[in-house]
Amino acid sequence: MVTLTIDDQNIQVPEGLTILQAAKQVGIEIPTLCYHEALAPYGACRLCLVEIKAPQPALVTSCTYRVEEGLVVQTDSKWVQRTRKIILELLLARCPTSKVIQDLARSLGVEETRLPTLGTEEELCTFCGLCVRVCREVVGRSAISFINRGPTRTIETPFKIASEECIGCGACAAVCPTGAIKIEDIGDSRLLHNWHTTLKLTRCKICGGYFAPQEELESLKQQVPLDEELWEVCPDCRRKLSAHKLPHHLSSY
Amino acid sequence: MAFEKAGAMIAACKQRGGILLPLLEDINAEYGYLPEEVLRLITSELGYALSQLYSLATFYNLFRLEPRGRHFIQVCQGTACYVRGGQRILESVEGVLGVKEGETTSDRQFTVESVRCMGCCSLAPVLRVDEDTYGRMRTGRFRDIVKKYGRNER
Repeated sequence: MVTLTIDDQNIQVPEGLTILQAAKQVGIEIPTLCYHEALAPYGACRLCLVEIKAPQPALVTSCTYRVEEGLVVQTDSKWVQRTRKIILELLLARCPTSKVIQDLARSLGVEETRLPTLGTEEELCTFCGLCVRVCREVVGRSAISFINRGPTRTIETPFKIASEECIGCGACAAVCPTGAIKIEDIGDSRLLHNWHTTLKLTRCKICGGYFAPQEELESLKQQVPLDEELWEVCPDCRRKLSAHKLPHHLSSY
Repeated sequence: MAFEKAGAMIAACKQRGGILLPLLEDINAEYGYLPEEVLRLITSELGYALSQLYSLATFYNLFRLEPRGRHFIQVCQGTACYVRGGQRILESVEGVLGVKEGETTSDRQFTVESVRCMGCCSLAPVLRVDEDTYGRMRTGRFRDIVKKYGRNER
């Protein structure tokens, strides 16, 4: 165990935790954008900055900084507040029309940005990298990545064409905090607009509805042990099918 | 196979890990760009994701994804050249060759790029074709220069 001080509270937490995790344990909320429990810490959005008083005064990203003995942390000091507001102004300048960013900014006392918005009126992507990381770390496909550098930096598939690795699972869209990734099911196809990729959907054996791309099902089969017949039905029918298989006294619930 | 040398370079890397960038540098130097086929070969041989290679290839200015033309034209846009009209020089080059900065002419003779300072600011504005440097450029001069490299103006 490690003893540290967060916002004047003395606490003991297991070694190896980050400041963000330690703060959560004692009910202190720190705003984040690029953090996700299922993924390795990344430290890109800088919103989770906190001030450490010791060993030396500094601003550090709480999602990446591991707790250490005698650490003194202020999660909402003047310095933290001022810096966080500037970060929010930068985010607002990049995504001025994003409802999520606007709300986040407002909740931390930022109404508008003093920075110019240069052709970013439609922009929703904050470059938090969650989509890239979930595809690599959880889905295991690495279908997309950051490309280019500086002002032309963006997230793309290799060669900006339909991805051979994309299984259409939609984890990228699900994890995106600002809704920047558009995925649509139209008829028998799943369209991943951002990734120039279209995948054919499989039909449910029972209800006949289209539900998932074959590529996604194949990939999941490798990871999740399920009866073969359950892969051929949509989630709704799968639930009913599984419920029927339960002993009678359980299925009536 | 068309990319035998690349195959050998990649095979040499199999023994030691963590040398992806030097490998890409060597391949870029050998072919003048990173051919898609070679990137795919690295993916299958060394186990990197294609997206990861594409990310690196587009991050560093050093790498190219398209083959370069026979002659490489660099137009300086560094501070000194810029204030002395470097932008107009670039526009005149683009106009004569009919391509934009970063592009290669359809006959694969010329690739045009802008650079930030070649270290001879006293000659500003500067343009370089392959190893030849042309200082105190004026917009009209490029038409004559380009003829030396075996191409008539459009």
